[in-house]
Amino acid sequence: MRDHLPLLAIAVPLTAAMIAPLLGRSSVALARGLAILASLLTLAAALGALAASLAAGPVRYALAGWPPPFGIELVVDPLSGSVASLVAAIATLVAVWGVPSPDRPGGGVFWALFLLLVAGLVGIAVTGDLFNLFVFLEISALAGYALLGAHDARSRVAGFRYLLVGTVAGSFYLLGVGYLYALTGTLNMADMAARLPAHAGSPLVTLGVALIVAGLAAKSALFPLHGWLPDAYAYAPPAVVAFVAAVASKVSVYALIRILFDVVGSAGPLSTLLGILGWTAAAASVAGAGMAIAQQDFRRLLAYSSVSQMGYIFLGLAIGNEAAFTGALLHLVSHAVMKANLFLVAGGVLWRRGGCRLDDFGGLSRQMPVTTTALAVTALSMAGLPPTAGFFSKYYLVLGAIQEGAWWWLGAIVLSTLLGIAYLLGVLERAWFGERASDEVGGELPPRLLVPIVTLTAAVLAIGLFNQDLVEVVLRHALPASVR
Amino acid sequence: MTALPLDYWLTAGLLLVGLYGLIASPNLLRKLMSLNILQASIIVFFIQLGAKTGAAPPFAPEHAEVVAADYVNPLPQTLMLTAIVVGVATTGLALALLIGIHRHFGTLDEADILRRLRE
Repeated sequence: MRDHLPLLAIAVPLTAAMIAPLLGRSSVALARGLAILASLLTLAAALGALAASLAAGPVRYALAGWPPPFGIELVVDPLSGSVASLVAAIATLVAVWGVPSPDRPGGGVFWALFLLLVAGLVGIAVTGDLFNLFVFLEISALAGYALLGAHDARSRVAGFRYLLVGTVAGSFYLLGVGYLYALTGTLNMADMAARLPAHAGSPLVTLGVALIVAGLAAKSALFPLHGWLPDAYAYAPPAVVAFVAAVASKVSVYALIRILFDVVGSAGPLSTLLGILGWTAAAASVAGAGMAIAQQDFRRLLAYSSVSQMGYIFLGLAIGNEAAFTGALLHLVSHAVMKANLFLVAGGVLWRRGGCRLDDFGGLSRQMPVTTTALAVTALSMAGLPPTAGFFSKYYLVLGAIQEGAWWWLGAIVLSTLLGIAYLLGVLERAWFGERASDEVGGELPPRLLVPIVTLTAAVLAIGLFNQDLVEVVLRHALPASVR
Repeated sequence: MTALPLDYWLTAGLLLVGLYGLIASPNLLRKLMSLNILQASIIVFFIQLGAKTGAAPPFAPEHAEVVAADYVNPLPQTLMLTAIVVGVATTGLALALLIGIHRHFGTLDEADILRRLRE
């Protein structure tokens, strides 16, 4: 059983995706139930594989019995196991939330696309093969374009532009893999890691790695490659955005970490690339926060905030010591939880009040006290106040920056945090003290929408309170060997 | 370092043509076609990696002695079959989105559409 867990984590959502459209013909509720069940099973498989890898080293699975490096290999180690579990956990909660948007119940096709997205993202996490990673990257991307673009005319334009950028990014990744394959003759990550040092310093390695980094950075919307993101996030159904914004970009960062540190390592131009990524990330964290302040639509604000927060993660990688890297991984997890929650809250407000511009949040605490509390806890975590998740990931990042003497980057973290407090407190101030026209209908959100929000809020607090356990037990083992 | 062969430069040129079209073309359908050119350039790049003059197709008679150098490497072609499928799916989805966009806006000109989105 243990050996089959990596395969199950992909096969379960993939199979369910094939069944969902058939179930959806008779009952949409049945298709949704299948999505919840499949996400839960995926979560169980991912957590099981993660636990097994923590106990007894990486779990490896040779697909169709072809031994690696000739066949495709799936590998779950603490890093890929954590990312796969994160994807499955957020997927489960979004499936419980249930509908793409409250006024449009999703049919079987919606759930099929959702499950394909889950399968693709988990696949990226657990594969040990560079070309297989490209295939999963495109499976998740295609499902993502369709989900984001299926809402209305505006979302189609945004989805199409995302498709153009995403496909160019995927093509760059593939071309980069082509260069490395031409040099080493292998696509297996572990095998390539063993063969690349023989080609260290070759300009073809530099070119290949640069293409891979450019492709994955665009997929994760690293400033200034973020142009596709605000429109795509602002016009799509809330549940879709909550899932895509929370985990899709994170998984691209995971792929980047895997390839840069575990496959290429010292054979490539690692320090130069990390330097470039660091400065780009510093610019991203400040510029994203600055643009978020100017937004009047809460979803657009969250989208720019994502640009800023992705900057933190890349900064942690660029600083590169143990503390900063831990901060980057912790932020990868905590930002996924926070951003999913904030987009779900935005979806709830959109449902009750017909819009989610900042003015629509006026007097929210009187109409929806629980949702507003969830919003407040998560927003304070985004701003980096203790004892929430966001405080501790930033704490590790700042600690790493100080140890490394990276003062400019530290300055960028501090400045963007201050800007972040400004834009988030603006929302909270409206929710508590703002006035709302008297046409309020309905009270608190129904339980189905409230359960994911409350669970994610509890997770924000739990990750904060138990951050030390999370770091000691899981994340410390997920650090690349060169950083540990 | 050995000089890179001509077909390498040709595929690089094809990639740049696609990239230029993506940036410079004002029409969304033309952008999609440019994207297809860019994807084709990468497919040609991989095919050319596996090409070998004077080699046989990778089918060895049973029990015969196999010298790898006499056969074409089939892996790049296999990979590209998958990449082509991915490309077809992308194009299909993109065309579906474009049909929806054209129905609503009556045009595929990017500047026109963006202007109407801001109204």
